[in-house]
Amino acid sequence: MKNNLTLTESIKLLGKKEISSVELTKYLLQNIEKRDKQINAFVTVNDKALDEAKLKDNKQTKGRLHGIPLVFKDNFLTKRLRTTASSKLLNNYIPQYNATVVQKLLDEGAFILGKTNMDAWAHGSSTETSDYGSTKNPWNLKHLPGGSSGGSAAAVVSDMAIASIGSETAGSIRQPAAWSGCVGLKPTYGRVSRYGVIAMGSSLDSPGPLTKTVEDAAVLLEILAGKDKYDSTTSNIDVQKYTDSIGKSIDSLKIGIAEDYLLDDMRSDVKDIVVSSAKVFGELGAKVEYVKTMDPHYAIGVYTIIQRSEVSSNLSRFDGVRFGNDRSYFGEEAKRRIMLGTFALSEGYTEKYYKNALKIRTLYINDFNSIFEKYDLIIGPTSPGPAKKVGATKGQDMFGEMEDILIEPSTIAGLPGISVPCGFVDGLPIGLNIFGTHFSESKIIKAADAFEKATDWHNRKPVVGSK
Amino acid sequence: MIKKTTFDKKFILKMANLSKLELKGDEAVYFSEQFNKTIETISDLKKLNTANTKEAYNITGLRNVFREDVVDPTRILSHQEAISGAKKTHKGYFVVKGIFR
Repeated sequence: MKNNLTLTESIKLLGKKEISSVELTKYLLQNIEKRDKQINAFVTVNDKALDEAKLKDNKQTKGRLHGIPLVFKDNFLTKRLRTTASSKLLNNYIPQYNATVVQKLLDEGAFILGKTNMDAWAHGSSTETSDYGSTKNPWNLKHLPGGSSGGSAAAVVSDMAIASIGSETAGSIRQPAAWSGCVGLKPTYGRVSRYGVIAMGSSLDSPGPLTKTVEDAAVLLEILAGKDKYDSTTSNIDVQKYTDSIGKSIDSLKIGIAEDYLLDDMRSDVKDIVVSSAKVFGELGAKVEYVKTMDPHYAIGVYTIIQRSEVSSNLSRFDGVRFGNDRSYFGEEAKRRIMLGTFALSEGYTEKYYKNALKIRTLYINDFNSIFEKYDLIIGPTSPGPAKKVGATKGQDMFGEMEDILIEPSTIAGLPGISVPCGFVDGLPIGLNIFGTHFSESKIIKAADAFEKATDWHNRKPVVGSK
Repeated sequence: MIKKTTFDKKFILKMANLSKLELKGDEAVYFSEQFNKTIETISDLKKLNTANTKEAYNITGLRNVFREDVVDPTRILSHQEAISGAKKTHKGYFVVKGIFR
């Protein structure tokens, strides 16, 4: 079997009966067996996966994902399958229901291969806050995969998964996609349901796919997007047929390169890669020019305050009474975030911190609104640099918030974006962040797909364990 | 500028208490140092003029989302399912720590 099957190829081959779901599942399980001791992308492998594959082979349905094994970040509730959010507080937690995202994919004929490692409670950009050990970068095991959806990214890149589902509060899909070298799509806030996703920042959290190609991400988003009666923040706006944006011309697009996102202290080779990537869009017919944006540095503060406030509120439900262990099982990162959030929301400080952050959130929204009157999309680096080394978070109490500086402005404004591989430095992948206004996923997919087809970065594969 | 001494060990212990967290060993001292650093890092927000700016409570324009107040049978858990995750139950009830001493 071809060792790097994409979701689109897998669907095609299964449809033509050239492969079976059992073969596909066995192949992935073998890869997990071979590689996951080194990578540590999985918290739980579904021991019934092969049985489910057999059932799929025996009974054909019309589901768009019939027979496809998928992996989910471990903060998506999966009925009767352990869900930990990579925290020992939930070490033995068995959910009684599925997250909407999970249910929608199962309804299309997919099944669960496993649950992937993440920063505990999604607090971080490295997986180093996981209570189950950090995941390693498939390109170089001495480096981190990014996070918080690091297990999902590493599983896809090392062919232990066909495609995976992650979630992003600010960077948690796109940054691990960039550091590990796959595609990560963060939809508009409210485009995909948060029901059954262990909450981090409820005004920010957005589930989305991490995949091998842009087309694969479009296939999954088409299924995931839409109003959910169980999540009142989901939008009524019609879901577009995102796969229609594949293979289309981008010559009508006007793209801005975010000048302020090429940070002063950023490595010049990373900047060069972004500038060369911008040229690709120009060669494809898009109009590309530099654009001024609001300074991204302020977003660190805004994001830190809003996110930690929402964390303190969301994690208050974990009392060890109805499910899970008691609060003594919270790790250092969770405690730090809960306490600062409690402070920012406390009597006498709300105006100064929480409300002021919400006001600056408005400033970012206004800034993007005025830019998107003139431009279709903005591009910039996903992350200031390539994957950092294992251990890099030690003593860095704002590691995640600092690393995601280039994603935070757009995410606090609720905007959708995608990270696609756009080059390598030191043998590690670099990601290009392409983002647009609310509900502009079709445009983003169109541009990302055109870029992917014009470049070869997504075809590069790591030899796991060679470094 | 906020004085560094504002967020001392005592203050951290108060936050921990409000958050129902128990801190071990010298964690309060450790968190206090980090707390001060974080507040300093985010203090750059003061440079921006927000006097005439409204808070963004909603970012995608949704307003007044209602639903019918009806029972959704697909979401009902059986009694057994509802308590299935609890460590301690008594005759089908959750057991909580005593509140009064």
